[in-house]
Amino acid sequence: MNTSHRWLLAPVCLFTFLFATVTQALAIDKPLPTNSIYQLAVPLTDQDGKTSTLPGRRGKPLLISMFYTGCQFVCPRMVDALKKTQESLTPAERDRVPVLMVTFDPGRDDVAALKSIIDERGLDTHQWTLARTDDRHVRKLAATLGIQYRQLPSGDFNHTSVLILLDADGRIAGKTNTIGRADPVFVKLVRKVAAQK
Amino acid sequence: MLTTTPTWRVAVTIGAMAVCEIACVIHADTAAAADYIAIPPGSLASVLANDAAPGATNIEAFSIRATPVTTSEYLGFVKSHREWQRGQAPAVFADASYLNTWRSSTLPADASQRQQPVTSVSWFAAQAFCETEGARLPTWLEWEYIAAADETKTDARSDPAWRARILSWYSQSSGKPPAAVGGVANVYGVRDVHGLIWEWVDDFNALLVSADSRNQGDPDKLQFCGAGAISLKDRDNYAVLMRIALLSSLNAADTTNNLGFRCARGGAAKISPATIPNGKNKP
Repeated sequence: MNTSHRWLLAPVCLFTFLFATVTQALAIDKPLPTNSIYQLAVPLTDQDGKTSTLPGRRGKPLLISMFYTGCQFVCPRMVDALKKTQESLTPAERDRVPVLMVTFDPGRDDVAALKSIIDERGLDTHQWTLARTDDRHVRKLAATLGIQYRQLPSGDFNHTSVLILLDADGRIAGKTNTIGRADPVFVKLVRKVAAQK
Repeated sequence: MLTTTPTWRVAVTIGAMAVCEIACVIHADTAAAADYIAIPPGSLASVLANDAAPGATNIEAFSIRATPVTTSEYLGFVKSHREWQRGQAPAVFADASYLNTWRSSTLPADASQRQQPVTSVSWFAAQAFCETEGARLPTWLEWEYIAAADETKTDARSDPAWRARILSWYSQSSGKPPAAVGGVANVYGVRDVHGLIWEWVDDFNALLVSADSRNQGDPDKLQFCGAGAISLKDRDNYAVLMRIALLSSLNAADTTNNLGFRCARGGAAKISPATIPNGKNKP
């Protein structure tokens, strides 16, 4: 091997070393609980086109729900409930509990459609993620969350309107069917889970 | 007319047994390749009221396993997919009674029961099995379409004999293990749709017929978006409605000792990459 090749390899080795170090630092030692939603490796694409996976959310609690952008009545009220739940928290608590909403309708809800809801509703993307996945993962994610949904011939969806709180390891800590406003019992639970180490 | 019926039935049964003999031999020779039956496209007046557009629903052509997946086939699956063995499958994908009649993670209850349909499997486990065959679970409408048939007609649902036969199975106790697969074939060549086990469908969580829709009076506690829970047509068809009642009450990790599955391919539903438990939490 000549010297120019070695020189080319150096940054690669350095990168590999740094990557390994960072990965190790971020690694969570404990095995994932077997009842964790994060057992399901759902690929996600967010409102900015950024890709990630659901298990990548491990480490912080999460408010999660499913919706679709064409939903006229219930889904906006679900967003209201999530906003009002967040407003009931201290800034530190809010930082601990981000919000993720995944669409039932990947056929129509592209990145631009997700972004339009972020803009329309003035959602802070430091805390809010609207995301899409493929059809099959929509069915599986809904199944793990206990959400029922069904597409109607009109293209609309019937679906369970539920807000779910996951703990830092992805276990379901609580749910509420209250939409349009904050559910005080649920808010209390969110604060409790946010305080867990 | 009545006197000719038993003779006719015997003829059909003998014919079906002959077919089974051949099919079983073929099956033994090609253990890895399951027997899928091509189902022609058509239309179905589903017991699920078709929401805004009442009437028949079109069913695209698909193919479906001739019989439910057997214990023997499922054993092969868990041997090659260790993550789906009892004790390995995460609780979020399979509850505590998953394969609970098995003696160990790779030893079903009884060697004489290998040709029985596998039961005590969750929706996730059933999906994962089907994915290894490049398949999926049938949708509710596909299952209802093949379940409407009897030995001679594609839609026997208005025949009192069809209903009575199914209802008589429901009335039997589910205490003992199911019989081996390979019952009489329906007009498509599909077996054991009725009278052996309950079966998972792909979109079991699309059957929003729960009593929770009573909550719809309170706008802050809307359980379902839009038009709410589906309504059911053909209310006297208990035979099929009981299937919906069971499926709509289940969670994806649930298992019961008389709930199994068969796989389907093609058609309108899409196939996903395999569901692999993400135990190592790779990002």
